[in-house]
Amino acid sequence: MSELLRVEDLRVTFDIPRRGALPFAEPLHLRAVGGVDFTLNAGETLGIVGESGCGKSTLARALIRMVPGEGRVVWMGGDDLLAVSRRKMLSYRSEIQMIFQDPLAALNPRMTVGQIIAEPLRTHRPDLSSTEVKTRVKEMMDRVSLLPNQINRYPHEFSGGQCQRIGIARALIVEPKLIICDEPVSALDVSIQAQVINLLMRLQKELGLALIFIAHDLSVVRHISDRVMVLYLGRIMEIAEKHDLYANARHPYTQALMSAVPVPDPDIERTKDVIVLSGELPSPLDPPSGCVFRTRCPRAQALCAERDPVLEEKPSGRPGQRIACHFADET
Amino acid sequence: MLVEQQKMESLAGRLVEEEVKGRSPWADARRRFVRNKAAMFGLVILVFVGAFALFGPYIAAWSIDELDFMVLGQVAELGGPSIETGHYFGTDDLGRDLFARVVQGTQISLMVGLVGAAIAVIVGTLWGAIAGYVGGATDNVMMRTVDILMAIPYMFVLILLLVMFGRSIAMLFFGIGLLSWLDMSRIVRGQTLSLKNMEYIEAARATGVSGFRIILRHIVPNLLGIVAVYATLLVPLMILTESFISFLGLGVQEPLTSWGALISEGAGTMQYGTLWQLLFPLFFFVITLFGFFFVGDGLRDALDPKDR
Repeated sequence: MSELLRVEDLRVTFDIPRRGALPFAEPLHLRAVGGVDFTLNAGETLGIVGESGCGKSTLARALIRMVPGEGRVVWMGGDDLLAVSRRKMLSYRSEIQMIFQDPLAALNPRMTVGQIIAEPLRTHRPDLSSTEVKTRVKEMMDRVSLLPNQINRYPHEFSGGQCQRIGIARALIVEPKLIICDEPVSALDVSIQAQVINLLMRLQKELGLALIFIAHDLSVVRHISDRVMVLYLGRIMEIAEKHDLYANARHPYTQALMSAVPVPDPDIERTKDVIVLSGELPSPLDPPSGCVFRTRCPRAQALCAERDPVLEEKPSGRPGQRIACHFADET
Repeated sequence: MLVEQQKMESLAGRLVEEEVKGRSPWADARRRFVRNKAAMFGLVILVFVGAFALFGPYIAAWSIDELDFMVLGQVAELGGPSIETGHYFGTDDLGRDLFARVVQGTQISLMVGLVGAAIAVIVGTLWGAIAGYVGGATDNVMMRTVDILMAIPYMFVLILLLVMFGRSIAMLFFGIGLLSWLDMSRIVRGQTLSLKNMEYIEAARATGVSGFRIILRHIVPNLLGIVAVYATLLVPLMILTESFISFLGLGVQEPLTSWGALISEGAGTMQYGTLWQLLFPLFFFVITLFGFFFVGDGLRDALDPKDR
């Protein structure tokens, strides 16, 4: 499998001016994403999970320079997306498209569905005639199971699931290689979630797309992903093949997340152990020293406060499973 | 049965082929506006005033600067409104036909209001949208400029301008245009700041649409509702400003006139029993302001979906 994206030491830091400080005073640094490494292969789905505020969306936005990031994002073994000129970046923008969380808010209420879906095409392919654009839009609508004769309707005339499919059609119209899905189903009903996810999986198979799928619903991620990354406070805690992660979670944070997934069987649900984490997510303005998870970790020891654990393969993990914990091999 | 089946097939074919026409947010707003009785009443008034300004000159029996020597000197007795003499609204103090002059005043006053509002809409919307969308230092410079202009007592400046450069319509338009867009740009900037974080703007940015295109294609159309409401409320404000200037005797030059000048003259001769000289221009002035306020209210109700 060919490598589509290689992310090396990606960091996103926001400068927050201190309240009441002079304009030139040193601002506070909010580290939203701190040193993330991973690769993504063509046609693969990488799930990103983590609690609210752990930097999932920021990470995704940093990949396409919607927020300023440092480090390297290598596209297909060639250019570093964070270093190329704005003009050059424009050509990559058609290769990476995005799907958003709130299906209705992601569509301009004053534009017809046809205009919305055509927008990326009109931006990247100004050579196409308007009839050609329209034909392609209709084809795409058919592809995402929307009636092509609805092309002149407005977003408020569609249901949430339909709106999300309009968003998918808009992302697919320029034939991208990678789609970043930022919690695409968390605003939808469960039955509609399944529809949208199955549509995404079908399209992925047909078009050979790679997906970065952000969610906080572990069962949804399990259904769609090939590999899963667990983020905590802007750091990767654990990244592994889906089956390895769900069957053999090594990081205490991943274990806690897994134990919290409800099982649709009351007998098991009643008897299973749930690891309850104490405390709150620490402020990214002032992260803990060493391992960022140590303040809530049931296994934390003195070493955790001193040294930052390296994200690496461990003897107890499966091949390709990388864990950032000093004590991943215990228990 | 066969016919039925054919019918069904053609229906199915049509469903697939024929493009359904969507109901745009504008069409929805129009429907709500038409249902609003007060707003429609205001619109009828405005159409009436507009028609009066447009077709009045063809109805008037006299021109605006002709003196009627028959009534000169006896305006109070002979210059009253009458069909026979052709002075439908009577004459003014100098024996000029008041109907023709009210028509002319309506033209000037409406024009001042509309031009002022148009400048506000075009300059204010673009200024505010750019400041809000670009943000940062650009926003600071642009909005501080507005603050500084707003801090200047505009009525004082307007009067100085008219005194220094002479009383002309062009100077009046210039002065009113200079101040009308300031409030608009502030309102638009605030609205742009909240629109800027919508996901569809982010989607457009992520796909590589240029900043200027985003402003024109995504931000401005979503601002138009609030702009339209504010513009209709701005027109009467401009008319009031012009009338005030004219009332002070500074506005338009004789023999041209405006509502403010006519009301001023009428108020001056009220004590001699020529009440019509005040009442006719005042009537048109008042109903026009009412009309604009009703329409503005109606537009706000129609365009603001939260307030439905």
